[in-house]
Amino acid sequence: MARIFKFGDGISTDAIIPGRYNVTTDATALGKACFIEARPDFAASVQPGDVIVGGRNFGCGSSREHAPLSIKGAGISCIVAESFARIFYRNAINIGLPVIQCDAIYNAIEDGDPISIDIHSGGIGVNGKMFQGETPGPVAVAIMEAGTLIDLIKTRGWAAIEEVS
Amino acid sequence: MGTLTEEIFSRRLGRDVHAGEIVVAPVDYAMAHDVTGPLAIEAFRHLEVPLWDPERVILVFDHILPANTVASAGLHKVVRDFATEYGVTHVFQEGICHQLMVEKGFIRPGGIVVGADSHSTTYGALGCFAAGFGSTDIAVTFATGRTWFRVPETIRINLRGALPPGIFPKDLALQVIRRLGAEGANYLAVEWGGEAVEAMSVDERLTLANLTVDFGGKAGLCEPDEQTRIYLGDAEVADLHPVAPEYRSVVEVDAQTLEPQIACPPAIDNVQDLSTVEGTQLDEVFVGSCANGRIEDLAIVAGYFEGRQVHPRTRTIVVPASKQIYMEALARGYIQTFMEAGALVMNAGCGPCLGRQHGVLGPGERALSTSNRNYAGRMGSPQAEIYLANPAVAAVSALAGAITDPRGFN
Repeated sequence: MARIFKFGDGISTDAIIPGRYNVTTDATALGKACFIEARPDFAASVQPGDVIVGGRNFGCGSSREHAPLSIKGAGISCIVAESFARIFYRNAINIGLPVIQCDAIYNAIEDGDPISIDIHSGGIGVNGKMFQGETPGPVAVAIMEAGTLIDLIKTRGWAAIEEVS
Repeated sequence: MGTLTEEIFSRRLGRDVHAGEIVVAPVDYAMAHDVTGPLAIEAFRHLEVPLWDPERVILVFDHILPANTVASAGLHKVVRDFATEYGVTHVFQEGICHQLMVEKGFIRPGGIVVGADSHSTTYGALGCFAAGFGSTDIAVTFATGRTWFRVPETIRINLRGALPPGIFPKDLALQVIRRLGAEGANYLAVEWGGEAVEAMSVDERLTLANLTVDFGGKAGLCEPDEQTRIYLGDAEVADLHPVAPEYRSVVEVDAQTLEPQIACPPAIDNVQDLSTVEGTQLDEVFVGSCANGRIEDLAIVAGYFEGRQVHPRTRTIVVPASKQIYMEALARGYIQTFMEAGALVMNAGCGPCLGRQHGVLGPGERALSTSNRNYAGRMGSPQAEIYLANPAVAAVSALAGAITDPRGFN
């Protein structure tokens, strides 16, 4: 079962992957440097499918897409946070890394707790309790259904977004 | 009708557009740099379509310039090869992308511009809607000339009164961040107005717009006015004003009572009055960045450095934001002043702001910077501390070797 890696408030893209590790575009290679300074054991401990739970303003700072790519490359399947910085949220959705905003979960979980998430419904199960994440916007839903923004635009063009706007 | 943001989108799309709507809009230009460019290019190539317009794609080498490792040289080559293959005409290696976007005339009031860098909000100083995006979004704009926006609601910030001596736009921005918090404008546009903004040069407004993203803002706009016309050298700048705007909130800041503001480690919203941290010893002072690397900033620093020496414990690094600024600083004698004072002057670009060149911090070191980010690890070691301040504070702190108040400094 997926386990939780719990982080605090204001986790910046510099904490997720410091600038000097953005030396490749390969997600797996970037994944090895994910949280390399903020939590040095992170990349080696993540099992594929594990989940990050963060506090407020997760992913603030630089627009570097290396940040969500490194998290995805490390094997994380989803990030749940109380709130996300705008550019990070959009980047994560664009590259096919599910992100769910949920206020209630943060104080109800601990690092290492098992967690199950239904990406489509936003339902989160942890410690015998169910939490409901916020419903993503219509564009985010369209992108998630296609896989990535590139997949969506390549197959359907802007019409895919214009029809939900 | 509406906020500056709603006015811009309404004019661009030829219909009334309101906050909350999702729109697909054409953009004037799309920018990427040496860090975000390679990922954007990779995503663009997956789309397997022609480039939208080689004259509207801007590529800048600024974050690591010149390349200082084999890996960064390889990534630079990815960008250069792309520019050659697709005939991209605007490729620069003479300063920070945001300064060049403004200097080279790509930014017009009423325009819409996107950049693969968070500080793309800077261009809002000229009344342009400009927002930062990640590489994949920019790749799609490279292919189509468009992107999608959720038209944001707006926080109006009125900066009241005149700036007292020793107080600069940086202090006003940090005071706003102190009050609103690091995500105070998340998903929102910010309008900067009031007498203090009306009295500011465009250089000064660029600092406000730049720091808008550091409290979450999607865009930070100033109304175009006479200053904008003078800066752009164009009397034909379109009239653009908020028209019966409905704001999410209105924030009033009194400039006249402000002390110099310092963003203390490890977060942009950990802002204190200077007096709280006065005397804190410094290993490095950095003057530069897209927040405060312009000629007016360098003029302030040169004024303090004239005939003085920086403190021996404080290595002091000056990085003009662009070649044009560098050459103007040369012509005015500032570069000679900096060097005679014992500062290191590096080539125009991002400098040490992102911890990859020109003065990386070691464990336990403490820096004061005129830039806009002080996260742990931003400028090097995660055990280093970064304080952010205005250029006058940076100058006198470099001379004293410790955080010092420029008011009354002699």
